[in-house]
Amino acid sequence: MYPGNFTYHSPETIEEAIGLLEQYGSEAKLLAGGHSLVPMMKLRLVDSAHLIDLKKLRSRLSYIKKEDGRVAIGALTTHHQVEASELLQAKAPLLAEAASVIGDVQVRNMGTFGGSLAHADPAADHPAAVLALEAELVAQGSGGRRTVAAEDFFLGLFSTALEPPEVLVEVGFSALPTGTGSCYLKYPHPASGYAVCGVAALITRDGNGNCSRCRIGITGISDGPYRARAVEAQLEGQAVSSELIAEASQKATDRIEPLEDFFADADYRVSLAATYVRRALATAWERAG
Amino acid sequence: MATKFFGARVKRREDPRLITGTAEYTDDISLTGMLYAAFVRSPHAHARIRSVDLEAARAAPGVVAAFSGKDLKDKVNPLPTAWLVPDSNLKTPPHPALALDTVRYVGDGVVVIVAEDRYQAEDATELVKVDYEILEPVVNSESAVQEGAPVVHEEAQDNVAFDWNIGGGDLDQAFADSDGVFKIRLLNQRLIPNAIEPRGCVAEYNSGSGKLTLRLTSQNPHIHRLLLSGVLNVPEHKLRIVAPEIGGGFGSKIAVYADEAVVAFCAMQTGKAVKWVETRRENYVSTTHGRDHITDLEAAYRQDGKILGLKVKTYANMGAYLSTAAPGVPTWLYGLMLSGVYDIPAIQCQVLGVLTHTTPTDAYRGAGRPEATYVLERVMDLLATELDLDIVEIRRRNFIQKEQFPHTVAMGISYDSGDYELTLGRCLEMLGYEAFRAEQAEARKEGRHLGLGLSTYAEMCGLGPSQVVGSTGFQGGLWESGLVRVHPTGKVTLMTGTNPHGQGEETTFAQMVGDLFGIPIEDVDVVHGDTDLIPMGMGTYGSRGTAVGGIALYQAAHKVIDKARKIAAHQIEAREDDLVFENGSFQVKGSPDKSLSFQDVALQAYLAWNLPEGLEPGLEAQAFYDPNNFVFPFGAHACIVEVDSETGQTKILRYVAVDDCGRVINPLIVDGQIQGGIAQGIAQALYEFAYYDESGQLLSASLMDYAVPKASQIPRFELDRTETPSPVNPLGLKGIGEAGTIASTVAVVNAVVDALSPYGIIHIDMPLTPPRVWQAIRQAERR
Repeated sequence: MYPGNFTYHSPETIEEAIGLLEQYGSEAKLLAGGHSLVPMMKLRLVDSAHLIDLKKLRSRLSYIKKEDGRVAIGALTTHHQVEASELLQAKAPLLAEAASVIGDVQVRNMGTFGGSLAHADPAADHPAAVLALEAELVAQGSGGRRTVAAEDFFLGLFSTALEPPEVLVEVGFSALPTGTGSCYLKYPHPASGYAVCGVAALITRDGNGNCSRCRIGITGISDGPYRARAVEAQLEGQAVSSELIAEASQKATDRIEPLEDFFADADYRVSLAATYVRRALATAWERAG
Repeated sequence: MATKFFGARVKRREDPRLITGTAEYTDDISLTGMLYAAFVRSPHAHARIRSVDLEAARAAPGVVAAFSGKDLKDKVNPLPTAWLVPDSNLKTPPHPALALDTVRYVGDGVVVIVAEDRYQAEDATELVKVDYEILEPVVNSESAVQEGAPVVHEEAQDNVAFDWNIGGGDLDQAFADSDGVFKIRLLNQRLIPNAIEPRGCVAEYNSGSGKLTLRLTSQNPHIHRLLLSGVLNVPEHKLRIVAPEIGGGFGSKIAVYADEAVVAFCAMQTGKAVKWVETRRENYVSTTHGRDHITDLEAAYRQDGKILGLKVKTYANMGAYLSTAAPGVPTWLYGLMLSGVYDIPAIQCQVLGVLTHTTPTDAYRGAGRPEATYVLERVMDLLATELDLDIVEIRRRNFIQKEQFPHTVAMGISYDSGDYELTLGRCLEMLGYEAFRAEQAEARKEGRHLGLGLSTYAEMCGLGPSQVVGSTGFQGGLWESGLVRVHPTGKVTLMTGTNPHGQGEETTFAQMVGDLFGIPIEDVDVVHGDTDLIPMGMGTYGSRGTAVGGIALYQAAHKVIDKARKIAAHQIEAREDDLVFENGSFQVKGSPDKSLSFQDVALQAYLAWNLPEGLEPGLEAQAFYDPNNFVFPFGAHACIVEVDSETGQTKILRYVAVDDCGRVINPLIVDGQIQGGIAQGIAQALYEFAYYDESGQLLSASLMDYAVPKASQIPRFELDRTETPSPVNPLGLKGIGEAGTIASTVAVVNAVVDALSPYGIIHIDMPLTPPRVWQAIRQAERR
């Protein structure tokens, strides 16, 4: 629990941070809230020679704003800010709900939205919500900014589409159609609090009481977060009933290889995913009404 | 005795320093020129050490010294086992402080590095080259006793460290008379104590005086002094053990550990103070674990639910070495209590203490008694199901009755006092038993799974009468010392040989003595934990602090009063018999104007200008109290759960506990002990388990993987008490530190099993995590 030696950097600008990443390459790590990185350093699972602390960028990368029908969240916005944001509670309660069940108060006050996404823990909560929102992640590198769709961003276990020396700076998504209900439902691991299963469900009810749009992001079940497209497809355009939701939910792990560990085997995770998808959809549908 | 404080909910006097950060724990200690130690521990469960290369580590920045097992040979003796259970073919293989040629569990110490700071020491551990020849390990106790299993120690080819057998009553007759025999295998999983404060040690050696001072995390500093004196070849009077503030022990800070001896050795070698504090990671693998039983059980019963006999065979996983008190835990502290609250005519118990390539096990809150309670209370419910009896009725039919006390059970021990119907009745009343059954039936119609679990328990604590514990092979008495020192101003210092570390006795002892002397609690302080200050004592464990240590102080305080009375009588010029001592004042009966306050007597005792002829000056007294029996707290716990059959998740809806620990000095503290105990017991039922894979790696080796419950995972408790005094001691006290843990685990398990009875489920092994419960339901559905 004593990290190895490292050199500490505290850049004043994003450009400076990118420059440091360019200079030190794989020897460098970005420090945001530190709630994943610091424990890994203490266990010497991460032993980077250079630590680039982003705290001085907080004033520029910590925001939640609405512009042109789009919501944008700065990467250094804390989980607590996401949870407490009136804008998000109104425009994307899914994110606020997901943030509210991360860790505990201390973690939510330190941990950052962008840090969680860039770390890409397969059991983190935000990735599921970001997938369901079909968000776009903005990466800034030495050559400027580019945008990556959420589904292209997560590549598996602690792996993302960020190309060194890119820094994740913003996450944006379009305002949800009216009549959309959402739900983030999570079974936290009794020790770590990470999701054994986390389901982010969005469902839109049209004027006829049918489902016009459905988006489901799932975390904890596989080596990375994923969209449950088979479930979405079965619901879209249909008259929603609890029977239909139950039937569709059985496809929650279609074409997915579930994780196994000494706490829960694959069969359990498959069953849990189906149950949680069903329950999350039912709640979201109710909220949509 | 006036009872101004006895029975009052006095707030813990320990708390202000604990909650404002002014308490001093081992890791807070910093000495001039202090060095820091770090250990290289085995990453393998079983391996031969071909070579150890310390060259690079010794050359690393800041490194002062590095030692392997060979460097300690003949300088640090093997660690002793201090509970030598007789008539069990006990083998105590040598336990070197650092491994010599073989490592026997993941976490076994191999090398120590001493450096100018902890980071340098840790960095240098990565430079140590150990060449291991990896060998096959065995982690399961039943596998370990099979022919051909890997051998942990040459001295025990069959891996059996002891084979302990005890019995009482005529078991053959019981089985012959029975209407049936119920058989089952029950697992009691391995737990990791997880004290919030990890273990640590600051060693300081003065080569001029030859004095070695160890400040360390100990529940029993004098036992540490006695045993480490032998391990380190330092005479007892040259060894001072100080236990600073202790952040939880739960039994895990009883044992004398290899790393503590190694840190002391480092200080003696370098001539500098050396500090080492476990990392949490180390704590998981190098501090003793608890439980880990496999039990095969046969219960001979009569059709009316009466149990006639129990035959128990338990494989107790001892880990790689026999820790300090370890052999006594799954034997005496378990086997003797296999009657619980029941009048069972015949019991036979065999315990195999099995060596495996795992972290050594030792006492963990309850130590043997939770395991016994688990067996009995599961059996009660299993038999109730088998015979279609009510869970309350079957218990009542087997209870030892109030009139039977003192009662000698089949195993030969004598229970001091009890009224099991009283606690059960109160518990059912608080619960609304009949109403719940109706609610449960309704819920089942809706497909909801509510369950009720009971646990009626008794336990044996206040360890313990020295002659008896001597006959069990414990290498010491279990009396306790108390010294009451009255200062000239009438302020009082109490010195206790126990070492409270969360039990609140700095408050309860002050309440008790404050009452006796008629002085405010603020005038009384309790000192403990320093072998240079306090008389030889045995420490805090086995719910003995108040029931044994408190009584020693009680007796010492009475000696003080006796002497004070002589002084007062002399000064007032009255006969001793004519004096009454009330509200802190000696008064002549009928003439309250002729009086002398306790404070005045104290001053006179030290001025010594005018004392009775032949009376020594001063006012202090010491007592060694050796109880004539254990004490036997008891109670009834009930738990109501709802199980989500789709996910296997259990929610505790209610938890009701009615405990009886005899007379209560401080109900607030007793409540706290029960609450903490229940939480720890629930944790075993639902959350905690140490998980070794087949290669002997502990996978549950962090707080990310091992679920110590948070407040949000524990329900609100509904508590009440009855008071059945113990005749063992003059205050009628029993112990309460472990009762909550002993009782609660099985109440929760019984509740979950009851909830799932519609599936035909009669048993699920702990912990009842959602995946395991889900699995049990799916299996039941397939049947």
